[in-house]
Amino acid sequence: MKQTLRSAFVATIPVMTGYLVLGFGFGIIMKANGFGILMAFAMSLLIYAGSMQYVAVGLLTGGASILTAALTTLMVNARHLFYGISMLDRYRQTGRAKPYLIFALTDETYSLVCQENAHIPPEQKNGYYLFVSLFNHLYWIAGSVMGAVVGSLVRFNSEGIDFALTALFVTVFLEQWLGSRKHTPALIGVGVSVICLLIFGSDRFLIPAMLVIALALCLYREDASHD
Amino acid sequence: MTDFYPWLLVAVIALVTAGIRFLPFLIFNGQRKTPAIIDKLGRVLPCAIMGMLVVYCLKGTRFDSPSGFLPPLIACLVVGVLHIWKRNTLLSIICGTVCYMALVQLVF
Repeated sequence: MKQTLRSAFVATIPVMTGYLVLGFGFGIIMKANGFGILMAFAMSLLIYAGSMQYVAVGLLTGGASILTAALTTLMVNARHLFYGISMLDRYRQTGRAKPYLIFALTDETYSLVCQENAHIPPEQKNGYYLFVSLFNHLYWIAGSVMGAVVGSLVRFNSEGIDFALTALFVTVFLEQWLGSRKHTPALIGVGVSVICLLIFGSDRFLIPAMLVIALALCLYREDASHD
Repeated sequence: MTDFYPWLLVAVIALVTAGIRFLPFLIFNGQRKTPAIIDKLGRVLPCAIMGMLVVYCLKGTRFDSPSGFLPPLIACLVVGVLHIWKRNTLLSIICGTVCYMALVQLVF
């Protein structure tokens, strides 16, 4: 138990730094847009999806409709479907913790639990998954609450801090680019999005882009590409 | 807009997010093998979606004046170059964001 706790904590240290900073940024942005600490806390506790929460601030301040909010969530978080698919086997025998493990399957948590983790004995794996998920969730909540608290105490010009999200996506995109030999899917993602942005405009391009990307990738043949 | 509206919107986003995470387990639980097309999408979709999200973040970029496109362009280059050089996600994010904030607040 103690050993599992320690392994989980050590594994989550990189996520801790990232979540504290990004959560902090989220809390600051929430406060800057007139939302309270309780709201920031509730969102990090209940939504627990980093990029979606940044997008949600825009939806909230823009007065988006319920349908727009639901569809945007679907588009931004659709990638989580594929995390679930690749965790079906590992999470099969996790018992009572399973619903929480599934709920807490963020990008960062997935990046830790999807690895082989050969140094964790099989009988400790379930506890390891649970602690990793729980620690990450706590870092994220702590970061957002601290950001919202600091945002309400200190007045400073936070204009441009939302670029943190863009920077996060650029780094993840580059990590995937550098880690894969086939770049066609990434180019399809960027190319289709830009074309749809030009055709449909910035408020409406996300849904057509997502549909065209999904369709293009269904037709895409991995073995037939030479890039 | 009422006081109730933000909470309703948060509830919807939370439910859809959780729904997406639970869906694969509800559909494929018990099956030993997932269909080949789902496997393939699982491999190639994350790269494409990240590309889409980068475009989504930059959708407000205006090309009618230098102040519209230079800050995001310069900050993205900082993130890109720094990340390829150091491969440190946190460092890239912090430097890129500080750079962007300085550009929009002090320069343009």
